[in-house]
Formats: sequence, structure tokens, C-alpha cells
Amino acid sequence: MKYWQPEIETMPRKELEALQLERLKFMLITAQNSPFYKKLFAEKGVEPNKVKSLEDLRLLPFTSKDDLRENYPFGMVAIPLRECVRLHSSSGTTGNPTVVLHSRKDLDEWANQVARCMYMVGIRDYDVFQNTSGYGMFTGGLGFQYGAEKLGCLTVPAAAGNSKRQIKFITDFGTTCLHIIPSYATRLAEVMYAENIDPRKDTKLHTLCIGAEPHSEEQRQRIEQLLGVRAFNCFGMSEMNGPGVAFECTEQNGLHIWEDYTIVEIINPETLEPVADGEVGELVLTTINRQAMPLIRYHTRDLTSIIPGKCPCGRTHKRISRFKGRSDDMLILKGVNIFPIQIERVLMMFQELGSNYLITVENIDNNDEMLIEVELNDLFTDDYAVLQNLTKNIVRQLKDELLITPKLKLVSKGSLPIHEGKAVRVKDLRIF
Amino acid sequence: MTINQISIFLENKYGKLSEILAMLGKENIRIIAATVADTSEFGILRIIVNDAQKAYDLLKRNNVNANITDVLAITTKSEAGTFAYTFNLFTMAGLSIEYMYCFSVGEQSILILRTNNRNAALEVIQKNNLGYIDENKLNSL
Repeated sequence: MKYWQPEIETMPRKELEALQLERLKFMLITAQNSPFYKKLFAEKGVEPNKVKSLEDLRLLPFTSKDDLRENYPFGMVAIPLRECVRLHSSSGTTGNPTVVLHSRKDLDEWANQVARCMYMVGIRDYDVFQNTSGYGMFTGGLGFQYGAEKLGCLTVPAAAGNSKRQIKFITDFGTTCLHIIPSYATRLAEVMYAENIDPRKDTKLHTLCIGAEPHSEEQRQRIEQLLGVRAFNCFGMSEMNGPGVAFECTEQNGLHIWEDYTIVEIINPETLEPVADGEVGELVLTTINRQAMPLIRYHTRDLTSIIPGKCPCGRTHKRISRFKGRSDDMLILKGVNIFPIQIERVLMMFQELGSNYLITVENIDNNDEMLIEVELNDLFTDDYAVLQNLTKNIVRQLKDELLITPKLKLVSKGSLPIHEGKAVRVKDLRIF
Repeated sequence: MTINQISIFLENKYGKLSEILAMLGKENIRIIAATVADTSEFGILRIIVNDAQKAYDLLKRNNVNANITDVLAITTKSEAGTFAYTFNLFTMAGLSIEYMYCFSVGEQSILILRTNNRNAALEVIQKNNLGYIDENKLNSL
């Protein structure tokens, strides 16, 4: 069997859209039970029963992360608190954290979404699945735990960090699949090789779910080669439950977004108008199968596009392309728009470089300067000329890609901070 | 005629050299010769030690960018004119010196060097009966 839920995953578009409309209407009625949407609907004159088609979604107001912060902690909740059974929260490094509550049904649906994603990439109940996400408030922990258990995997809640312990679990328990942050996957591979463990021969690993931070195709390929696995890009965000919103299939060409759970729109971030399929814009999501905390037209700030056409895997749910970055990650330097992922793509082309890098932007004498520090990997020469040529070549390639010339500093392996959560790639020291 | 040299990548960062030397010292690795060269962006530490393989493994385990290369180790008397004589032989053979460092023990000078052509350099040493040190003799220094 190729599909977890064949009738839903391959549902003809017409039926799928009818299902979406039905769920959208129901969601709009229940959303009014939340103090936030009750007020918003009154202010904007929204009448749920006037929504007659999916196109009418455009008449509805957007919801932003600030709305979630301002209505912290329970202002967005649409069911009585006694019917809620779980709460997750973001770290809240800037201002109030965002909080998401779940009913029992919400948790079941979420686990089903994750199980569907995992099944799609070939994970089965006989697999041993090790989750290296932080548990606790971070949704990557419990989200994957419940999904993997629903699928029937032997699930190892290893949680984040302690590479030696992770490796011991992988070898002792015969772990076949990992959920792991891409920057940590390369780190873990390095530790294995340093310990004289060849993950391609000495472990049973075959499938990785990688996500939670943007990464390039080049980094994926590096992870696949280092560990001898296939790695699949997963997308989730805590406001949308967490993992399981969208996931690559075995075609590795775009992420299927589960449209029986969310309605997807791609809009121009400035005009807020929809863009055509294939064009890059901001991803906007509407939950249509969540009881405790419905979100309408939520600004994700992630930039992506809809991949036009049918996927050879047979699933009818739309595909979004690998993320181009986040609209709030974008750096503007000397009037040029730069996404950190562009820099990563260039760095990953060089065998001599490791996977860890740090971009620092500073204003020096009224000039924006970019410094990129990148770790060398094992391949090391003691020839100055080679190292200096390497630096020159990297800078030339970066200039071609970015149209500005950054400063580049090679640093020794392991000298940049190691992240066991999301990697911090950019330090912007400019004062605006 | 050749001995193992370890080259270590040094970031221009306060305390980096001390950190690496301490790491080697703690594991009983004796440094016989050392040199540091630098550019504005980074430096390279080159060392000759009593147990190159052990030192290399130790550095790798600690995530230090390092490699082993073989370099020539020529001995001469510590006298006026001996360096000039020796290098003239290489020049006459059409060889260039990429880098060189030396140290003297008693009346003997030891030149550690790398040329642009290893085999041609070995030939020069043999043909002219120059003194040299190999890995076995290294430990007695």
C-alpha cells in the first residue's frame, strides 16, 4: 500500500475542494466563539454565512503573529478550556510567546497528519524511529512522537543533544529513521566519523525527516551522502500545530500540503493579492480541521510558491516549493535583497567547507558590511596559496549570487557555535 | 630523509595557539620544532613531534583542522657558510624552496624544508651525500 489514507490523499480536486468549503464554513461558525474572532468579525463586518465558495475566502481578514501575541494566552481559543487537553508555546524571545491549544480530537488529527507524512516517505510500522527534537513546549518533540506511534513505529524519544548518546541509541536499537534538524544531521555525521563509525555501513539508518530550519538542496544531498539515507524536507510551524503541515513525497520535488487540514494561499506580501501558481509569495494558511484554535488566513511569513502540475506520486494535494526564506529573514544590504539560503547554497558547493556558517551584518562608517564565517571540514591543506585561492573562489561565487561582495573568513572546524535547536545563521548588528 | 610534519590551521583568535599547544602537552606529545606563519586572515602552525600519528589522531578527535605532510630534514654543521652551500645545491638543481625552518642542537643544525619537487630534492641529498634525519632518528633528538 502506497498511501496512508488513499481516499483522501488521491481525492479528485473537485471533491477535495468541496470538502474544503464544507469545513471552511463550519470553521467560520465555530471561530466566532473565540473572543478575538468575535471582535474581528464584528469590526470587519464578516458574516460567515455569506461565504459560498472557496474564492470568498479572500473577503476574510488576515491573522498575524502579533494577533496571537496580543491575545496571549487564551484570547484565540474557540472552545471551553475544559475541553482543551494540551498547550504548546513558542519560545517568545521577542515579546509575548504564542500559545496554541488543542482538544483531544485536534491531537488525534495532528498525529494522523504526521503519520500520513511519515508513511508517504516510506516509513512503516516495523521501523525504529528516533526523534532528536527537543520535547517539552517545542512541537517537534511530541508532534512526531504521537505521529510515529500512530503509524506504529517503535519510537525512541531521544530528545535533543548529546551526540554520543544519540549514536549509541542508533546503533544499539537499530534505529532506521530519524527526525532531525538539518544542521544537526551534519554535525551528528561528523561525530560518527570521528568515532570511527561509518553510518552507511555500521547503522541501519535509511530515512531522515529534516525540517524546522530552511536548508538548501545542496545541504540535503550532503546529508544523504554522509549518512547513506534519503532525507525528506518537512514543514511545520507551531501556530499550525507543528510538524505535519506539508512534507515531501518520494519524488523529492516539492512538499504536499494537506488540504483537508489547511487551505493554502500564496500572496504578494506587499499588495496582499494572490499570485499565480509558480510565482513566489508569502504562504498564508487557514485551518479547517481544528477545534480549539482556528486560524483564518494566517501570515506565515514564509516565502514559497505553488508547484504547478500533477505530482507523479498520485497525490492530488498541492505542492509548495522548498522555502525561499522568510520575509522577515530577508536582509537588505546596499539596496539588495539577500536571503541567507542563497549564501548557504554557494557555501555547500565547496567540498573544503563544513556545514556550519555564520553571517554577520554590520554598519561600518555608514557602509553595510557582510562578514561570512565558515568552518573548514576535514580536507585541509597546509598550502597557503590553496587556502587563499579557495577564499577568492568562494567570494567570487558569492558575489555572482548576491551581487555584493562579502568578506569571508575561514575558521576551524567546530569553532562556530553548535546549535541543537534551530541554527542561528544571521547576526544583524545594524541599528535601524 | 623525510620526516612527518603536522600542519594545523589557526584562526586569528586570541588564545588559539596556547589552546592547541596545551592539548598536545597534556597527552605527552613532545614538540621538537615549531613555526607559525600568518596572513591577515589565518595562520598555519607547523610542528615536528615525537609521535606524529598520535598527535594527528588527538587533533582530529578534538576537531582541529590538521594534516600530516612529509618534509625533508637535512643536517649540516653549525658553521658559517653551510646553509649557503646547501641551498646553492638546490638552486643549481632548479628547485625552489616553499618554506624552511631550522634549529641547532649542539654543533649540528637541522633544516626542515619543503621544495616544489620532492623527488628531485631527495636526489640532490643523495648525490651530494648531505646528512639527513628520518623518523627513527627523530626520537633521539
